[in-house]
Amino acid sequence: MSVLYILIIASLLVAGIFLLAFIWAVRNGQYDDEYSPSVRILFDNKKSTEDKSEKTD
Amino acid sequence: MEKQHFSYDNTIVRNFSYATLFWGVTGMLVGLIIALQLAFPALNFGIEYISFGRLRPLHTNAVIFAFVGNGIFAGVYYSLQRLLKARMYSDLLSKINFWGWQLIIVSAVISLPLGYTTSKEYAELEWPIDIAITIIWVVFGWNMFATILRRRERHLYVAVWFYIATFIAIAMLHLVNSFELPVSFMKSYSWYAGVQDALVQWWYGHNAVAFFLTTPYLGLMYYFIPKAANRPVYSYRLSIIHFWALIFLYIWAGPHHLLYTALPDWAQSLGTVFSIMLLAPSWGGMLNGLLTLRGAWDKVREDPTLKFMVVAVTAYGMATFEGPLLSLKNVNAISHFTDWTVAHVHVGGLGWNGFLTFGILYWMIPVLFRTKLYSTKLANLHFWIGTLGILFYALPMYWAGLTQSLMWKEFTAEGMLAYPNFMETVTQIKTMYALRSFGGLLYLTGAVIMVVNFIKTIRQGDFLANEEAEAPALSATYIPHSKDHWHRWIERKPVQMLVLSLIVVGIGGVIEIMPTFLVKSNIPTISSVKPYTPLELEGRDLYIREGCNNCHSQMVRPFRSETERYGEYSKAGEFVYDHPHLWGSKRTGPDLHRVGGKYPDSWHYAHMLDPETMSPGSIMPSYPWMIERKLDTSKTPEKISAMRTLGVPYPEGYETKALADLHKQSEKIRSGLKKAKIEAMKDAEILALIAYLQRLGTDIKSAPESEKK
Repeated sequence: MSVLYILIIASLLVAGIFLLAFIWAVRNGQYDDEYSPSVRILFDNKKSTEDKSEKTD
Repeated sequence: MEKQHFSYDNTIVRNFSYATLFWGVTGMLVGLIIALQLAFPALNFGIEYISFGRLRPLHTNAVIFAFVGNGIFAGVYYSLQRLLKARMYSDLLSKINFWGWQLIIVSAVISLPLGYTTSKEYAELEWPIDIAITIIWVVFGWNMFATILRRRERHLYVAVWFYIATFIAIAMLHLVNSFELPVSFMKSYSWYAGVQDALVQWWYGHNAVAFFLTTPYLGLMYYFIPKAANRPVYSYRLSIIHFWALIFLYIWAGPHHLLYTALPDWAQSLGTVFSIMLLAPSWGGMLNGLLTLRGAWDKVREDPTLKFMVVAVTAYGMATFEGPLLSLKNVNAISHFTDWTVAHVHVGGLGWNGFLTFGILYWMIPVLFRTKLYSTKLANLHFWIGTLGILFYALPMYWAGLTQSLMWKEFTAEGMLAYPNFMETVTQIKTMYALRSFGGLLYLTGAVIMVVNFIKTIRQGDFLANEEAEAPALSATYIPHSKDHWHRWIERKPVQMLVLSLIVVGIGGVIEIMPTFLVKSNIPTISSVKPYTPLELEGRDLYIREGCNNCHSQMVRPFRSETERYGEYSKAGEFVYDHPHLWGSKRTGPDLHRVGGKYPDSWHYAHMLDPETMSPGSIMPSYPWMIERKLDTSKTPEKISAMRTLGVPYPEGYETKALADLHKQSEKIRSGLKKAKIEAMKDAEILALIAYLQRLGTDIKSAPESEKK
């Protein structure tokens, strides 16, 4: 059943990539705001003459 | 901050949407045909290109990779641009992605009916197409990651994370599972053998469901349901937990496809434990989707788009509740190999993937064409016909699966099988097969109504190829919320590059170590198990070509009901020369692992010519062409030498003698048939198939007792 090692290595590799991505996301501040992204997707940035208030933090 | 002007590429979204519709109807039509073939086997017409075994992989590939695949691309290309506030990185890459994917599908439509197949479920396409899939997948990833790097929105919305996970996991799965040795153009052997091949196959099979049918669609759910309902997702925090929990759990659940096989017990248990745990994130996500519509149920009553989405998410909830249930050993013992599994995947496929795709298209196509949907009435009609179709499909299949399984396991008071003739358990559920086809017909009718509705919508609309948009550029330096992080230099663009290069390095490393691992483990544990003779090997390739493994398993599980019916249960050591494994996952017909020596050659000959003569009521197609056609032996020496490369111990230089041995064995079978007053054609294909079938599962009979365990 040596193929198990390959599958475990491959799975761990994928899991490792996701772990790195997770650490990056948290440190990058991706999850500091857990509400407004869900609302912001509802607005499409259509070209308009109105001035939209954009977050610039 | 200065606003930048740019435009979204709608043309690519439109093209993928058209492809989704076209291949959706095609794939469902093929599904309807094979469903009817099971109820009315005469519909195989004795034509090889449309026999069940060859069309079934075409159906699965068409609905998974063509319908859902194009649906993924359409939805991702639409939402990704808007979520990142950026046009796709390269129009050229988008186009290559589109046309490359369609070309792959067309090559599947041609090659599968012709019998070019690896036999591995949901990965049947032969090696040149596998390479093409890899290239196109990389193009898609390149385009996506480059767009992410050029985004104007710092935060990556949860949907984008689902898309990234899809790309990474599918790349890995496809590469590991498609590791095969080409013998010629359009013929290859899996690098793995027997148990190992089965394990890789179901690690892939399970995760293909996870990362092709689930994660991208969850991403789409998190974008399109809020958009269609015009309200934010119920809990954004829950969606983030949903994502990370799901991807960390999903990848370990694969072994639940191999319960009661030669897979080590701890691996089976691990798969089961993770499958049970999966219930939490799956239902968290499902509820999050449904609760998004809280307070908007009045909209759901009016809007067909939302109706489709609600049923889709509900179907997701049902399928992900049933999945963990089916991975319990005691439930699996009943459900495995039956139509129960077929019902399960169709609740997911028709309900979750199908209905979410329809919902997305009903919302997106009017937006792309700047008009209203031509007819809400027709869309509502589609919704009800489709929902009825799912019910008419799933309920008969649950009934059929449970009925047949209980009949297989039924013993009389005297301890004999209550239904020793497999055919009895088939005729019992034929009505269910017919009812299921009716469900499929309803579902397909709904899809056709949708296409008509869209054609009308598109005619009255005005397509916007490049949608103007504006957004401020992402500030060049990131201002952290707290103190300065040490990793600031890497956290913008290089991070994604790092991830990408890790994948490349990782894949390279795994591929390098694989052969050494695998060849060594082919050392047989049962000394009487010998490699196939050249004729049997050719017969095995015919078995693969005709897709026999779609309906016949080769895995007798250690249950009394199975050992009574089929014979000694299957041992891992018996499959060490099986490149690829042919365990199968469905018993529409009986298991064949112990069929060797069970019937005379003449029985097989007559049975293949017309199954009903030997088993009245059989729903197996007839295979007249195998009797009329000469066996192609031009590649036999190459096949022998390929097998040796894979670790099968044919003596050095055996290639030169292989053909002589092949003809000798073929003649022997032919003269045997002559005694039974059957005049077989010299070197007919059927002789090779008979040789293989008569060999199946017989080696172990001469093994010493100590090795049989």
